[in-house]
Amino acid sequence: MCDLDEGSNEDSMGRDSVKRISSKCMKCKESPALLIIRVGDAFCRNCFKEYFVHKFRAMLGKNRLVFPGEKVLLAVSGGPSSSSLLFQVQEGLSHKASKKLRFVPGIVHIEEGAACGKTLEERTKIVADLKSIFSTSGFPFVIVYLEEVFSLPSSVLQSIFSLPTEKDDLYKDAVAGFMQSCHTSVKKNLCHETVAQETTLTEDHTHASLLSTHAHANETSISAFRGKFPFSPEQTEAVKKLFASMKTLTAKEEMLQTLRKHLILYTARIKGYSKVMMGDSCTRLAVKLLANICLGRGAFLAMDTGFSDPRHGDITIIRPMREYSAKEIAFYNKLFGVPSVFTAGLNTKAPEKASIQHLTESFIVKLQADFPSTVSTIYRTSEKLNPRYSQTPADDKGTETCLLCSCVLGIELRDEASAFCAISISEELSQSKKPEGGQVSSSTMEECCAENKMETLESSGCSCQSRERRNTTPDFWSLLCYSCKLVVKDMTSLDLLPEYILEEANRRQRRTQIKREIQEYLLTSEDDADTAP
Amino acid sequence: MPVLCSRCEIKKAHLKRPKTGHSLCKECFFWVFEEEVHHSIVSAKLFNRGETVGIGASGGKDSTVLAHVMKVLNERYDYGLNLILLSVDEGITGYRDDSLETVKRNQEQYELPLKIVSYEELYGWTMDTIVKQVGLKNNCTFCGVFRRQALDRGAMMLEVDKICTGHNADDVAETVLMNFLRGDIARLRRCTAISTGSEGAIPRCKPLKYAYEKEIVLYAYFKKLDYFSTECIYSPNAYRGHARSFLKDLESIRPSSIIDVIHSGENLSVKEEVRMPIQGNCARCGYISSQKLCKACVLLEGLNRGLPKLGIGKHHKLQDKLLKSQPLTEEEEKKFKMISF
Ligand SMILES: [Zn+2]
Ligand SMILES: [Zn+2]
Ligand SMILES: [Zn+2]
Ligand SMILES: [Zn+2]
Ligand SMILES: [Zn+2]
Repeated sequence: MCDLDEGSNEDSMGRDSVKRISSKCMKCKESPALLIIRVGDAFCRNCFKEYFVHKFRAMLGKNRLVFPGEKVLLAVSGGPSSSSLLFQVQEGLSHKASKKLRFVPGIVHIEEGAACGKTLEERTKIVADLKSIFSTSGFPFVIVYLEEVFSLPSSVLQSIFSLPTEKDDLYKDAVAGFMQSCHTSVKKNLCHETVAQETTLTEDHTHASLLSTHAHANETSISAFRGKFPFSPEQTEAVKKLFASMKTLTAKEEMLQTLRKHLILYTARIKGYSKVMMGDSCTRLAVKLLANICLGRGAFLAMDTGFSDPRHGDITIIRPMREYSAKEIAFYNKLFGVPSVFTAGLNTKAPEKASIQHLTESFIVKLQADFPSTVSTIYRTSEKLNPRYSQTPADDKGTETCLLCSCVLGIELRDEASAFCAISISEELSQSKKPEGGQVSSSTMEECCAENKMETLESSGCSCQSRERRNTTPDFWSLLCYSCKLVVKDMTSLDLLPEYILEEANRRQRRTQIKREIQEYLLTSEDDADTAP
Repeated sequence: MPVLCSRCEIKKAHLKRPKTGHSLCKECFFWVFEEEVHHSIVSAKLFNRGETVGIGASGGKDSTVLAHVMKVLNERYDYGLNLILLSVDEGITGYRDDSLETVKRNQEQYELPLKIVSYEELYGWTMDTIVKQVGLKNNCTFCGVFRRQALDRGAMMLEVDKICTGHNADDVAETVLMNFLRGDIARLRRCTAISTGSEGAIPRCKPLKYAYEKEIVLYAYFKKLDYFSTECIYSPNAYRGHARSFLKDLESIRPSSIIDVIHSGENLSVKEEVRMPIQGNCARCGYISSQKLCKACVLLEGLNRGLPKLGIGKHHKLQDKLLKSQPLTEEEEKKFKMISF
């Protein structure tokens, strides 16, 4: 139906003109060109390196989020992009670098073989390869196994908010503090707080799981060493069971990503890192952006894919590789011998339509082949999106966040005239009114048009209002965002979730219950207790 | 044992709802489908009692079901609306004839007044004559732009207060995806709105915004509604085509995807500092336009001047000349005269 086309503008997506290979590098105009990144951009080896390195510095410089002396955890999967990230940091810290990077890096790798059906031998082999790469870097590193989610404490789901008010000032202070500390050398008390936590590079260096040996004092030891692995065979089984209980690959992929995030956060916290760097490339982010739209994560797009993600409060996730295309990275890695390790993921051998994430990836790849500006257009679109932390009180009083992905729950549109409400009504109308037990499959989404009064058009009233909702225990669903609900809906049993998630869910449910019971005695809501005159 | 309807739990289920996967009997499906549209109408406050509402009727499944459901709900819930079927005759030989026949039959079946406005009446050109001048490849630009205005102009003629169209959830989700892929932030922000503003043009709304295309087909099928398949005879643009097949694949993986995409679209938040094109009105016809002349008027101007490419190519610099009906330079004319394929 062409009448749906609101004046299509195909010019903007036209194919790039045919590449012309000039024999000389466009930058130095001397050396022969080796590669073409974009149309017209032919580089020689040296100029490409300079361009690549500069981009990394510029990205960090522009955003000024990483303080000098700050401990930064690099999340390295072993793939080309995160391996390239590691290499950039290595180069940037080496004495050869003209302007040395000034943060203190460490590496974490989350080993997910258990979810992907790998044997222990295969896993050991990959881990050995990774360890040898990590060792060469000289940075402290830790391999965390997916099994370790079964020994995580529920506190990992509790964000500790400490958002700086004036980012810029803090940054300047930190730089000044760092400079001073360098001159006066040992006097750490002169430095800014974040600098004071500085540790030496070699201190943490160990080949075994750091989680198990250096567990935080008030956390229970995450797991006992059992020979080579910091987990038990029972835990491997539990991981397998959890993933087998998920009916769709789409949900499995989401769950894996969530658990991985929790492990990274926990590692960062107990090791005293305040930033985590992820290696997402521009290409990867374009796929993620579109996939997240399809997964109903529209409200959190900017946070899920932006340069920085402050939702976890004390730990900020940053993505310094976000302006490199996968192609650039591949070129760089090849030219400069950056080692990477291939690890088959959940969907590696799956058919295209096996999951939404997988479908989206192949869709983008195909579209990119037809319209070479696809990835960059999507990337630019994402830059125009609002991360929306300003609209929500970023503190630990009263702000409810999603149990699984920690996004702020109040953001999503849930009023009557929304997709959120529309789908709950469809679910509700399609089944008999008889209340069913707390089964996963029979969930109806909560709190859509509960409090709203129906007006105009002399309506008979919203059907959702008929529901009896007083004094019902706040259920598991109300703790999740729209998208995470979809994930959990695809599970056959909630009981297989790791303990820390269930425990935290219980804690939150109890809290909500208590809050409801004392509601009538509260004069101000907790949220505005501070701001009230 | 036959599957029982999950709603009444008495009758045998006739169908599995594409939207939720529930098995329902025919009667329960009708009821649920209609209630959902009712909910959309009431919750978004689409209409007010006493208003005259033009239903954009193409004879296709969406608008046929819309007309039927609007009629049903107007009576069931006593909306107090004055409903009119509004149809556009583009003047495409053989294409509209059948669908207009369908609309005429609908008029009788639903006892709703029908008004057909023709392109000839509105623009002085039929699509057939346009195709003759611009060729097949470019005419979708014309029929899209002209059709949207045609509905408005027809509505104004009839003193209609509001127009509702048969856009369904699939259409909305598809548009979200397409605008996202094209980086069209302004449209991305607007396209999920269930109703659009009233500046200059007549307010429009989409009561079927949350209705799945598949359910619309099922509804029409079980209700034995008379409709004509109105897939545009000209292929949709490449990007919409990609977005559409992608959405179909998504739906096959996770049926809620269509609503999920709309949910995402509704919740996208655009940075304050991103400048949105200022919406003004066309100096010639009054239709909403970001330029002095709206796209339809530029297209018409091009047709009348014998420069069919005018509306397709870039014409920002020529706006003033066009507005004042000044002649173009020879060089400018050359640019817009030839249609190259
Ligand atoms: Zn060069
Ligand atoms: Zn969530
Ligand atoms: Zn029934
Ligand atoms: Zn057309
Ligand atoms: Zn106009």
